[in-house]
Amino acid sequence: MTKILPRKDVVIVGLGWTGSILAHELTDQGLDVVAIERGPWRDTATDFNIGYAQDELRYSIRRDLFLQPAVETMTVRNDPSQKALPMRDFGSFLPGNGVGGAGVHWNGHTWRFWDSDFQIKTNLTKKYGASRIADLQVEDWGVTGAEMEPYYDQFEYLAGISGKAGNIKGQLQEGGNPFEDPRSRDYPNPPMQMTYAPTLFAEVGRSIGLHPFPTPSANMSRAYVNPLGIAMGQCTYCGFCERFGCANYSKSSAQTTVLPVLMKKSNFEVRTDSEVLHVDLAPGGKSARGVTYVDTSGEEYFQPADLVLLCAYGLHNARLMMLSGIGKIYDPGSGEGTVGRNYCYQTNAGVQVFFDDKNFNPFIAAGALGQTIDDYNGDAFDHGALDFVGGAGINCIPTNGRPIGTRPTLPGTPKWGSAWKKATVEGYKSTLGYSSQGSSYATRNNYLDLDPTYKDRFGRPLMRMTFDFPDNDIRMSNYVCDRMEEIAKALGGKQYAVSRRKKGWDSVPYQSTHNTGGAIMGTDPKKSAVNTFLQSWDVPNVFVIGASAFPQNAGKNPTGTVGALAFRAADAIRNQYLRNPGAPLVQA
Amino acid sequence: MTSDPPTQVVAGGWHFFSAQEAALVEAIVDRIIPADELSMGGKEAGCAVYIDRQLMGAFGASSRLYTQGPFLPGLPTQGYQGEANPAQRYRTGLAAIDAFLKQRDGKTFVELAPAEQDAFLTAMEAGKVDLPNGVKGPGFFGLLLQNTMEGFFADPVYGGNKDMVSWRMLGFPGARYDYRDHVSKHNQPYPQPPVSIIGRPEWLGKGA
Repeated sequence: MTKILPRKDVVIVGLGWTGSILAHELTDQGLDVVAIERGPWRDTATDFNIGYAQDELRYSIRRDLFLQPAVETMTVRNDPSQKALPMRDFGSFLPGNGVGGAGVHWNGHTWRFWDSDFQIKTNLTKKYGASRIADLQVEDWGVTGAEMEPYYDQFEYLAGISGKAGNIKGQLQEGGNPFEDPRSRDYPNPPMQMTYAPTLFAEVGRSIGLHPFPTPSANMSRAYVNPLGIAMGQCTYCGFCERFGCANYSKSSAQTTVLPVLMKKSNFEVRTDSEVLHVDLAPGGKSARGVTYVDTSGEEYFQPADLVLLCAYGLHNARLMMLSGIGKIYDPGSGEGTVGRNYCYQTNAGVQVFFDDKNFNPFIAAGALGQTIDDYNGDAFDHGALDFVGGAGINCIPTNGRPIGTRPTLPGTPKWGSAWKKATVEGYKSTLGYSSQGSSYATRNNYLDLDPTYKDRFGRPLMRMTFDFPDNDIRMSNYVCDRMEEIAKALGGKQYAVSRRKKGWDSVPYQSTHNTGGAIMGTDPKKSAVNTFLQSWDVPNVFVIGASAFPQNAGKNPTGTVGALAFRAADAIRNQYLRNPGAPLVQA
Repeated sequence: MTSDPPTQVVAGGWHFFSAQEAALVEAIVDRIIPADELSMGGKEAGCAVYIDRQLMGAFGASSRLYTQGPFLPGLPTQGYQGEANPAQRYRTGLAAIDAFLKQRDGKTFVELAPAEQDAFLTAMEAGKVDLPNGVKGPGFFGLLLQNTMEGFFADPVYGGNKDMVSWRMLGFPGARYDYRDHVSKHNQPYPQPPVSIIGRPEWLGKGA
């Protein structure tokens, strides 16, 4: 028996970064908002306790803060001819869970995508001809870099990003990224203090003509009070960022930047440990009535609402649309359908340089403390004579020295025994690592749909992920690996090792939780699931907010763009949608 | 509660292993991490105790993982697709090792010389021994290796890494939380000894 609850103006599915931002903006507008969160309530003092937050086994290896596969997983395969099987444990990527979502345990790299990323299809076609991208399914986002700038600015000031501008209103700034688009003002906080490895990496990079700059970081370089009046503390460089909650109020998250204000509002409420099963549509399927969810006792509820915002992890947004009948599921055979289309990832590779005479103290670290080289990212370099499009940021961001997971050794070292131990001790402090974070471009056969065999604990189909690295992206990654080898030679260690990206995406070793697409934004309802304000084309009182909206992924971490898109959607709802609720903001 | 602090594992007795299984696991972890001039061995460091306690908890039961069928053979890139959880894999795998060695050498693993133990583990890791009861050598060795390393390098609160032995060996300061005074001291050794979640032995009046 489903219990019917009193109506709300807005129901939000998921209280992570985007849910918190939208809830804050729409409660400011006077709306009555409820958020339904699958995982538990989490707060700094109680859940990221400074007395035991530094527990690698619990948080990094057993992944206490993450979504557990028993709750929801997905099936995976490399191409449509294979039988997809469930990820019985997560590996390649680790979705978040609970209040704050993946924003609790991220590293904090906070990038802006460029105008050339947003207008990619137009841009690449003009520069290199349509044939260059014939094997890809890249799409324009339907927005420009200039349109996105104020929203990036809003997110960066909310989150207190530490960095150095490279371009303020068209004026290049010494020490910043010369390839970035113009920004209206500098970052709210200066760059973090640099540790040894990125300092050396930057010196050597500059010596061979590259342009290193401090990675924009959501780890605070100094104490900061954000525009909502919420105070954060200076980062203490403890090296427990990624996979951990910050016990020190030094890493931006919903907890440290929004929730202290949001939770005090009388027109906001969150229901935790409550999983939304689907969005309920009115007869005809053109309008949402609310959502149905179940709590931990198994009780089922219907929460009616005028406006439904899907703010779960991008992959889960796409699955909820599929389970709810919002839009048509993509079929790679016919090319029809929009939900599940253009699933993309991140194309990473890495280099380790081994020294005898250096001590990098790898445990003195922060999740986003380092230096980046963007000379080979996106549209920063000419692809005219090359056989690929896209690129990668080259990042020297040593995030930790946690020893269960971080034990670099020379190639050929055995995995156990006395020789292993000797090599482990030798490599621990004296290895410098850096990596390329490459773009991931859409193809016809990389997509999401529902699995025909495997079900979740409620009997609903799991989502099925069909993905492999496109040939274009492998060529891109190899090119950037060659450039990374040039840096390795200039660094001059005793030996270096390159881990190149190969085809046959492996779901087991961790690579990146930058899963994008599945409910992409755009201007053509035949190719996109949501319009450029993230409003569903099919059910206009549903907005779908997250990296699910990316038509493809750039060579950068997605959170900055996710935050900016959340602010842009909030702006559109407040200033356009509410004048005529239920109506499309863009005519199909 | 997920937010509760961890409880200190106390050595003594076995919660999951039988005495025979425990002796076998202790012998194996002592070959994976042998005692030498760099550190004590895996047995003395508590790796077997660590594994024993882990197998009694959520890890041993795979209670957080997706365990619904059908269980079909997959590609290596699709990850572990077996039905057995780690507790079951240890029970079957350890029995298979002793059964195999008794059949081949007339001795159990514990009775072999260290060099013979290493040779067996090397062959098992490489998939060159045919263990009974369908046990896949490389898969089970991988599990043993992973858990031994976890025990050796995790916080001592979990029963391994006795006296923070692995952290002293590497120079990892453990659960320290503030390095602001050392960030800019490039290429200089960090001067402080490690700290565990439960502090340092001398703080507890037990001596270093």
